[in-house]
This record gives sequence, structure tokens and C-alpha cells, in this order.
Amino acid sequence: MKLDTSGLESAAPVWGAPSELVDGFSAAPSFEVPNTTDFDGFQKEAIQMVKPAKGTTTLAFIFKEGVMVAADSRASMGGYISSQSVKKIIEINPYMLGTMAGGAADCQFWHRNLGIKCRLHELANKRRISVTGASKLLANILYSYRGMGLSVGTMIAGWDETGPGLYYVDSEGGRLKGMRFSVGSGSPYAYGVLDNGYRYDMSVEEAAELARRAIYHATFRDGASGGVASVYYVGPNGWKKLSGDDVGELHYKYYPVMPSTVEQEMVEVAAA
Amino acid sequence: MTKQQANWSPYDNNGGSCVAIAGADYCVIAADTRMSTGYNILTREYSKICKLADKCVMASSGFQADVKALQKQLAARHLIYQHQHNKQMNCPAMAQLLSNTLYYKRFFPYYSFNVLGGLDNEGKGCVFTYDAVGSYEKVGYSSQGSGSTLIMPFLDNQLKSPSPLLLPVQDAVTPLVEAEAVNLVKTVFASASERDIYTGDKLEIVVVTADGIRREYMELRKD
Repeated sequence: MKLDTSGLESAAPVWGAPSELVDGFSAAPSFEVPNTTDFDGFQKEAIQMVKPAKGTTTLAFIFKEGVMVAADSRASMGGYISSQSVKKIIEINPYMLGTMAGGAADCQFWHRNLGIKCRLHELANKRRISVTGASKLLANILYSYRGMGLSVGTMIAGWDETGPGLYYVDSEGGRLKGMRFSVGSGSPYAYGVLDNGYRYDMSVEEAAELARRAIYHATFRDGASGGVASVYYVGPNGWKKLSGDDVGELHYKYYPVMPSTVEQEMVEVAAA
Repeated sequence: MTKQQANWSPYDNNGGSCVAIAGADYCVIAADTRMSTGYNILTREYSKICKLADKCVMASSGFQADVKALQKQLAARHLIYQHQHNKQMNCPAMAQLLSNTLYYKRFFPYYSFNVLGGLDNEGKGCVFTYDAVGSYEKVGYSSQGSGSTLIMPFLDNQLKSPSPLLLPVQDAVTPLVEAEAVNLVKTVFASASERDIYTGDKLEIVVVTADGIRREYMELRKD
């Protein structure tokens, strides 16, 4: 069977061989141009695809004592801050948490739906659902709506029979198991702090402080993140909210204003 | 040949602003009564406020046709609830119903920006604020609509309530007395009418208390 390789051929016109140099300048470089009818529209679409979306910072990591989950609380509509007090850590049930990034309504609705499905599972099977199972339920739903414009970037964190569990699930249909995740426009900043300070054997207080700092640093540098940094801990007995601190106050706690010695003071000039 | 684009839009924006403030034992919900389209005023006396239940009132700005359809949907679902449970829906329950109703039209949304206000089961004021597709949160005060970018910063300045996410948990309702809150709302709309062309004509204020629902009107700039 002859394979159809027409798609691999370059559509760009190839300029003459380099031997045809004129005045020492090299020939005009050829570059691949997408073979579309509407080039400008295609460019717009391409830019939209890589545009940093999901203005938020959320993170979660597994450590020796369980799972630590933290998030900021800012919601932005374009450049306007629509709320500084959004609950981005959603309590699915007493031993499972979900984080919200992307479309607020999408995350709220589908997490609530997931909570309902988990409860139905418990009633039908007389035992709690695993984190693996819950994340799969959500991922399958999001996959079926793939391409329809849902925007969800969530982490499902919980404690089940196998111990602590953490999954990343998104609206493209991706589902990843892992030990450390951060989602949102502030995630690069959070990863920097988180990856630097992470050790598997941390105490709960150390892990909470690491999570808090990572969120604080992300809110400091990312305009789309801010508000209140909430930190939750998931242990064998379920989740517990450890702290909720305004990031403005965290700033002065971490970098207190030092009274500096004044060499020369400015004196007011008497009015002429 | 480029893709054919639609030459009409199913949506329109009729403008207007809404505000709601929650107090210890009352809730104030207010909206202007101007309905516009583009640069034209369609009417100066259109109410954007709808009573959904005994202790639950909603104000919506945006596309009023969608708002009317949404109000009808909620009223119908509320009636069914009353038949099934032999009681009125309380405010938090209505808040969840509104969120779900909005999300069911996730792929062809109601162009409606809502604030829901009322008293919860304990008689304390509560305000819920929504986006067009149903994401909601309980807050101490909120504004939506064309004047919201002008109104919100002022409310933040006067009423800044501690975030409900802070630990230890602090109360979100304002310490203001009912009369002070109503005065604040009047001030806020007077200012918004100065700088927002879609806000003005008349202000409708609804106050929900344990004794019932009271309605008040105030004239605003008509230009």
C-alpha cells in the first residue's frame, strides 16, 4: 500500500540555490507557511491557542504526611478584578478536594457534579471512591465535552485506602498522576518556590509554610493572581483548612519594613 | 472562500446597574429603571428587580429578554418546589437553583448578570453574586451591570468586608444599620448616573427584613 506523504511536503516556494548570491547578501530565507485559505484568521487562532489562560495560581503536592493543597482567590474578567474572594479549593467530600482554574462556572458545576457521583458510588458500592476513580470520572466527562469550549484545569487531591492521591485533570481531556502540580498563570512562579523548597519528609507545618510562600510569590509577580492564600491539608482523617491569609499582609510579614537611618532629611521650604 | 459569518446577534445589552448589600438582619437590593439599546432609551420605568420567594429577591442587568425568561424559569421551578416540599425556598437554596439554571445553558448563555439578595434561615442578610454562566459566591455586597466598574470600588472603600476565606472566619455582613445602607445605595447610584450613560432615570430600592419586603423609589438624572 503506497503511503500518502503529500502532507509532509513543504508548501513554501524554495528560493534558488545559495550559489546565486547577489552583492554578498544571502538569498531570501524560505520559511514554512501554513497551507490555509485564511492566513490572518489562522494566525489569530494560533495566538489564542498559546495565550496564557486561566488567571490564577493553584498548587498541590504529596509529602510524607499527606497532601497539601493551596490556591489564591482572585477572579479576573479581562483586566477587571471581578472578585478577590473566590473559593478556588472546592470541598468535594470530607476526604477529597478539587482546585479551580479556568472558567469559574465550569469548575464549580463539574466539581459539584463529581461530588454527587462520588456519593452515588458510595451508596451503590458501600465503600468510598478512590482518588483514581474520582479523577477518572471527571476526566471522562470533560473529555466528552472536548472542543466545546469548557475551560477547566483542576487537581483532585484526596486520601483513600492506598494513601494520599493527587491527579491533574483538564478540559483538553488530560489526566496525570503525580506528586507535585501547579496550575494557572502564576504556576511558573509557584513552581520555582515549590520545587526549590520541596522535601518528601516535611512536617505538616513546614509543608504548609512552603505552600503559602509559593502562592504568595506567585501573587506577587502575576497580576492575575491575588487576594487570599488558602492552604488545606488532606490527611488520613480527611481535609482540614490550615490557613487563609491576605497576601498583602503576607508581604509585610515576610518582608517587614525596616526603619532606615536617614542621612539628610528634606525640610519644607518656607513659602516665598 | 472564507467562512460565512452571521449578520445578526441573538443578544442585545439593555444596560443598567444593580447593587445588593447584606446587613445583620436586613438585605438591600437596588437597581435603576432605565432600559436602553445602543444610544436609545426604550423606557425610563422598567423594573429589573424580581421577587423569587418570600425572603429572596433578584436584580438582573444585561439582556432583559433573557432576564425575563430566566425569571419565568425560576418562578416555575419554585412553584414545583413548593408543591413538593410544602414550604418556600430559602435564599441559599434559590442561589444554588439559579446557578444550575444558568449553567444548563452553558453553550448558549442567558446574557444576564445577577445579584441575589435576601435573608438566610437564621434571618441574617445574604447576597450572592453571579457571572453569566452560573459561577456564584456568597458575599457581603455586590454590584453588576454597566455601572458596576464605577460602583464596586466605592463599595469596597465604604464597606470593605473581610474575605470569607480568611482563617479565623470573620463575618461578611456589613455593620451598617438599614437606614445607613439605604443612604449608601442612593449615593452610589447618584454617582453612577453621573458617569455611566446607561444608568439613570429612577432608582428602585427593595429592602428585605424579617417583617417583609419594602419598596422605595428615588429620582435619578434623566439625561
